[in-house]
Amino acid sequence: MADEGMTSWKSLALGCAMTEPGTARRFNTGDWRSRRRPITDREKCIKCGLCWIICPDMAYDPDPKAEGYYTWDSFYCKGCGICIAECPKQAISWIEEKEEDKYGPACGA
Amino acid sequence: MARRVGLEVSLACAEAVKLANADVVAAYPITPQTHIVEHLAELVADGHLDAEFIPVESEHSAMSACIGSSAAGARTFTSSASQGLALMHEMLYIASSMRLPIVMAVANRSLSGPISIWNDHSDVMGERDTGWIQYFCENGQEVLDLTLTAFKIAEDPRVLLPVMVNMDGFILTHVIEPILMPEQAEVDAWLPPYVPQLCLDPAKPISMGMVGVPEVYTEAKRAQVQAINDSYPIILEHWASFAKQFGRSYQPVESYRTEDAEAVFVSMGSLSETIMSAVDEMRAAGQKVGVVRIRLWRPFPVAEFTKAVAKAETLVVIDRNLTFGAPAGPVATEVRALLFSQGIQKYVANFEAGLGGRDVTRDQFKEMLAKAQKAKAAGQDMTCEMVGVKE
Repeated sequence: MADEGMTSWKSLALGCAMTEPGTARRFNTGDWRSRRRPITDREKCIKCGLCWIICPDMAYDPDPKAEGYYTWDSFYCKGCGICIAECPKQAISWIEEKEEDKYGPACGA
Repeated sequence: MARRVGLEVSLACAEAVKLANADVVAAYPITPQTHIVEHLAELVADGHLDAEFIPVESEHSAMSACIGSSAAGARTFTSSASQGLALMHEMLYIASSMRLPIVMAVANRSLSGPISIWNDHSDVMGERDTGWIQYFCENGQEVLDLTLTAFKIAEDPRVLLPVMVNMDGFILTHVIEPILMPEQAEVDAWLPPYVPQLCLDPAKPISMGMVGVPEVYTEAKRAQVQAINDSYPIILEHWASFAKQFGRSYQPVESYRTEDAEAVFVSMGSLSETIMSAVDEMRAAGQKVGVVRIRLWRPFPVAEFTKAVAKAETLVVIDRNLTFGAPAGPVATEVRALLFSQGIQKYVANFEAGLGGRDVTRDQFKEMLAKAQKAKAAGQDMTCEMVGVKE
């Protein structure tokens, strides 16, 4: 749709303010990603958490099912590859992503 | 009852801010605005005004502090001039786009270079498109009254825009004039405390001053355009209620001896007092001339202005500032465009007078009219004509 994400000027809050907190979490930065995404090889992962710390969009979260590991969130990952560049064990690498898989299940879980 | 006092106009402006019970004053002194800020600092230090006075390190910081305090719901005032106003420039857009009802007195002064501390309208013309409501005062009483009405207009929930009160530096700010000073109780009854519609409150977090991506920016600006256009009848409404309460009436456009005038001077600010006395002399000599003074510059009073000049064949538009390389000065450009868009044919002569504190005499207005009439008769354009240049 051509006007996706657009709002009538009559509906904007005074001074274009954002009148509720925490709305950035609804911002789908994941759709900026090109056709590849990072994937973590848990055989190589040493649970250092560097991917979680350095990700600029907080696409990594502690895995509630496997202590010390991290899950990857397709909704926020822009595919910048900083995690791949910074991982001290080269445990993270690119995999090609089909358009239909873009919002598929998080890897590494 | 109001008291009649002899008061420097800068102090009258500061007293208006005191009468309005401003909560925050953040300002940086600059000639010729200094006395306004100094007097406010005294009023706060001596306990006559219960406000936070924020001594900032620059005008950019002054406007930034005002934006913060207004966003937190405080009645906020500042004042500046010339280079100081120019230094505020980028923040002025922030204040208006965030719909913050800040009131600012501008003691109009020329811009460097050469360095000049004296009056003209170069400073405010550079801020014409910042989205502020802007008006020009003619005398000391008007400075006091229109500073008071600025708070009422700015803070009206139907307006919520910053207001710039322009007064000619030195010519107004540094003269002592008889001023009718209203009683505090009278002002309190007319000007209620500011009730913000949206403000920064930790109990109810909001974000102000957000990014406007291409999908939002145009709509945000569309809303802002609507806001300043919609402010027009509200400004008139509050000037009318001021007249009812205090007995002094203000219109967006003032006319003097225009009923049968064939030629009309168009000006803004204090210059019109000299023009009126020149018009009296010209009238006595049999010339049918008048004056139309634009008080409200933004939003521009299209209908009132058009009506005010309707009968005149010749307009002598005086710009108290320069525009370089343009077909006419800012006021004349606007007047010409307005008349053209309405299909009204008039001869519009344009003069640039009173630059950098140069006095403009009654005789010079007579010369301007004579030049305009001569050019009109010869079928020539008369534009950007600088008055009183020593050849």
